[in-house]
Order: sequence, then C-alpha cells, then structure tokens
Amino acid sequence: MSMTLAEKLINQKISKEVYAGDIVIVPVDWVIAQDGTAPLAIRQFQKLQVDEIFDNEKIVFFIDHAAPSPRKELSNEHILIRRFAKKFGIKVHDVGDGIIHQVFIEKYATPGDIVVGADSHTCTAGALCAFAAGFGSTDVAVSMAFGSMWLRVPETIEVIIDGLLPEGVYAKDLALAIISKLGSNGASYKALEFKGETIRALSMDSRFTLTNMAVECGAKTALMEVDDVCLKYLTAKGRPIKEQFKADPGASYESSIYVDANDLEPLVAAPHSVDNVKPVTEVQGIEINQAFIGTCTNGRLEDLRVVASILRGKHVKEGVRLLVAPASREVYLNALKEGIIEIIVKAGGTVLPPGCGPCVGVHSGVLGDGEVCISTQNRNFRGRMGNPKSEIYLASPATVTASAIKGRITDPREVK
Amino acid sequence: MKIVGRAWRFGDNISTDDIIPGRFFHLRGNIKELARHTFEDLRPEFSKVVRPGDIIVAGKNFGIGSSREHAVHVLKALGISAIIAKSFSRIFFRNAINIGIPAIIADTSRIDEGDVLEVYLDEGIIIDTTKNLKISFKPLPQFIVNILEAGGLIKYVKRYGLNLVRSL
Repeated sequence: MSMTLAEKLINQKISKEVYAGDIVIVPVDWVIAQDGTAPLAIRQFQKLQVDEIFDNEKIVFFIDHAAPSPRKELSNEHILIRRFAKKFGIKVHDVGDGIIHQVFIEKYATPGDIVVGADSHTCTAGALCAFAAGFGSTDVAVSMAFGSMWLRVPETIEVIIDGLLPEGVYAKDLALAIISKLGSNGASYKALEFKGETIRALSMDSRFTLTNMAVECGAKTALMEVDDVCLKYLTAKGRPIKEQFKADPGASYESSIYVDANDLEPLVAAPHSVDNVKPVTEVQGIEINQAFIGTCTNGRLEDLRVVASILRGKHVKEGVRLLVAPASREVYLNALKEGIIEIIVKAGGTVLPPGCGPCVGVHSGVLGDGEVCISTQNRNFRGRMGNPKSEIYLASPATVTASAIKGRITDPREVK
Repeated sequence: MKIVGRAWRFGDNISTDDIIPGRFFHLRGNIKELARHTFEDLRPEFSKVVRPGDIIVAGKNFGIGSSREHAVHVLKALGISAIIAKSFSRIFFRNAINIGIPAIIADTSRIDEGDVLEVYLDEGIIIDTTKNLKISFKPLPQFIVNILEAGGLIKYVKRYGLNLVRSL
C-alpha cells in the first residue's frame, strides 16, 4: 500500500507494516532534552532504578532555556544535568552553544531518524525528513532507559504551497498563514507534509521556520521530502546521507490544504493566541516597547541577514529595546564574520547569548506591566514572556526590524 | 476505575503557560512549591481552595503549548483526580496519562463549576450527580487504562518492563 512520509519513516524502523492509526513501538535514534525538561526527565529516570541508559551517544542535553542561569535554583538544575551526563557519558551543549533545535539540526539530525525530544518544537528537524516529535519528561526518561517509544502512527495533512513569496513576505508569514487556515488545534495528533514549488525553492533556514511552527496547530510532527537543497545542507554539515525518503504516489492523506504564496502579505499573530492572525496593515501603528529577534523559529543566519539589510544605516527608535539572540554559536560566529552583529549593535540593538532568550519568560527581556513586544518567536500566549499583563505580537524578522526602527508595528515593505 | 470529584470549570485553549506560568521556571525542581502557582493568572485562589479528588473540566484543546510536564505534576500534587475536556493538546494528553491522571475526551458543555461528577473509566460514562446528567465518552484504549491503573508510566514500566508495552 502507498505510504505517506510519516508512515514511511516509521515503517523503515520496524518489521511489520503499519499505517495511520496503528500503535507501534519504535526504536529511537535520538533522545534530546533541554534545561527546562531534562532535570525532571533525570528524576523520572532515577525512579526507574535501571541505572543504565540505552546508548550514551544517542542522548544529548542542551542548556538553552536559562542560559546563562539567572537564579541559583536554575544553576542547581544545571548542575544536576551536568552530573548525570558525566556519569553516563552523555554530551551536554552547555551555556552559549545555542538552542536545542538549532544545534540539533546543525550537528545531529539526519533523514529517517526517529527523534524523541522533551520540547514541543522538536518537530523543527522534520525539514530534514526526520520523524521528530515533542514529548514530556517521563517519555524521555523511559526512552533514555529503553531506546524505544510507543507511538500512534499519525494521519497526515498535506500542505501544498505553490507560487512565489512576494516582496516583504517570508517563511514566517507563510507559517502564520497556514496556522490561520488550520487553527490552533487543526492538526492535533497529525503529521503535516509540506510540498509544492514554494517549498522546493525555500532555503533550509526558511524550511525550519515552517516545520518549527507546525506544533502551533497541534501537529505531532512536520515533514519535508529530501531534495537537493536538503542534501547540500547535510553535506555541508558533514553528514552526507545514504537513503532518501519520499512519500509514495497515491498515499492516503486525511486532508489537503493549498496555499498560493503569490497571494500572501506580511502577517502578525496578535495577542494572545498564535492563530489570531492578521495582516500587518490591520495592526500597523501599535506602539511597541520591545522587539525581539531570535528563537528556534527565526534566529538563524538568513533571518539575521534580513535584519541587517533593513537596519543598515538606520537606528532603533528611542525608547524601544531591540534584542537579538542568534539561535546557536555557529549562527553567531557566521553573523560576526558577515558584519551583521556590528550593524545590529551600531543601530542600538542588544545582542544576547545564543539560547532561547526572553521567549521563555525567564530572563533577558521580561516585559513590564502593559508593555508590548513584537517578536519572531512562535508563541504569544498570555504571560509567555514572563508577565501576564503584557502583550506579544508574532511576526517575521523583517516586520520586527521595521517595527523596531519606527517604534510601532510597521509593514516591512514601508522601510527601505 | 471509578473517580468521584467536584468540577472546576475552564474554557477553551488553556495553555501550559496558563496552568503553570513560565516565570516560575526556577521552581521546577520543587513541584510542591511550584504547585502553589497553579492557574495563578487565571484563578489566583485555585491552589488554596482546590481539594484532593477535584476534577478539571475544560473546553477544546486543553494543555496547548510547551511540553512542560510540570503542568501535569502540579495538578497531580494538588490531588486532581481527572481532567475532562472536549479535546487535548497531544503532548499534554500523553503527559497526563504518563503521570497517572486520566485525561478524558467528552462533551463538557453542560458541566458547570462545582458539579459533582462520577467518572466510570472502563464504561465510558460520566454522571453529573448535581444535574442528574449522563455523559458518554469513548473509553480509553486498554493499554492506556493499564498505565493509569499502574499509577503512571514509570510504575508501569517498573512492574512490567517495556516488553509488555512491546506486545501491544
């Protein structure tokens, strides 16, 4: 029988043939966790009393959510992670290495991998055709011990995108358009399979923005076929691949949605939900206090290049805080080499260390009462940035940069 | 399995940030302390007045957002005996089962705050004894009930190993 990409990736790991709806036990290729979820995973693992992990080279920890630590309680959690990792020979990407999902795609993920991640945005790696999904700490604890995991093979929604993105419109706008169509639970428990000429023309950096935000409509994972762009990326990272995975013609999709990229315009998600999507022209003029560029959604080199191209020779509006956090050490180094960091700092921006930064509401840019932030992050839930009395708008790096220059939400097409 | 408890009513799209705000990140190592801030922004009094055995009743998409399992642990620490919603976010649903709190998908539109509910897990029936109302739901798959009966995934795996899960 013909298979979707999700069905294919699961079937290559097990001996019997399974399809959407079947429950299976699959061996996992990677178990990853960050400093917000790894400590609980470690405590749950200790309750198992097995004192053995399945494979120390397939488990990786990342300290990115509170990096560097703003409080002693969190510093102690970091110690717990480092001690556990040392005992079992597990690699820790410590403070400054970057965000779990970014470092994972740079250094680890390969097509066909099954990835169990204690973070909801684990689906980011799906742009490299890895079956990557977010789980809680207990699932991660059990996976660390046994090297396998129970899964329900998901139904798939195919998302077909054709056309050219117009000027001022980026992958983030496309992601918001898709979430707007599907709603915040429109893909619950399901896989998204992205395809179409627009996807084929996108860089890997842009593709990761799309797969990253799939969880915002509830998706379990989001997948793209391996193509030349993907192969080139993997080769450049020193991970050439043996096998390519493609969906079969005639595979059974639960539904299909179509997006004509030509029709898109710059979008924002207004407070307090990601599916509250509006054209930027509808909210233009709203004054902002903070503009944040970074995160696993939009903290990559391509994003920072867009920021620099708009900021060059301009200055952030007085009274507005522009915060920029490169998604990883690698992104940071490349941005330094290209002179991007200098442009941001000269324009009045503040560069934060690679990591999640203010997106998780813990440090480095917690909002005050009544403040408004426009951010490239993926969530704008009430209180997400540390204060329930603040408001968060989500937008592309171009829209956030243009807004930082003007001091109010601004259509990026108006700032040349 | 039979569960009896008072209903606490919540709406649609309750996020894990609503259940336990990210600003209490530093308390994640101390679930008891963290639990004092459960639903703090939505219902500041919640952790003080909730009683062991109480049941969370919500609308669509309960538990959206971050994978933080702490959102389930704080509810467990406060003694919540079940969560009934029209639908759940995928990760939250799994986390609830793994920690041993039944997550039940049912039509909750007629249940009000304070109603006393009897939940019959195997039969797929909720009786709202306050309103004398019967609500049916699709019973959870047997292996999920097994995990709940063991007291969560850790206890289940300790008792049966992963081999039993493997034989699904």
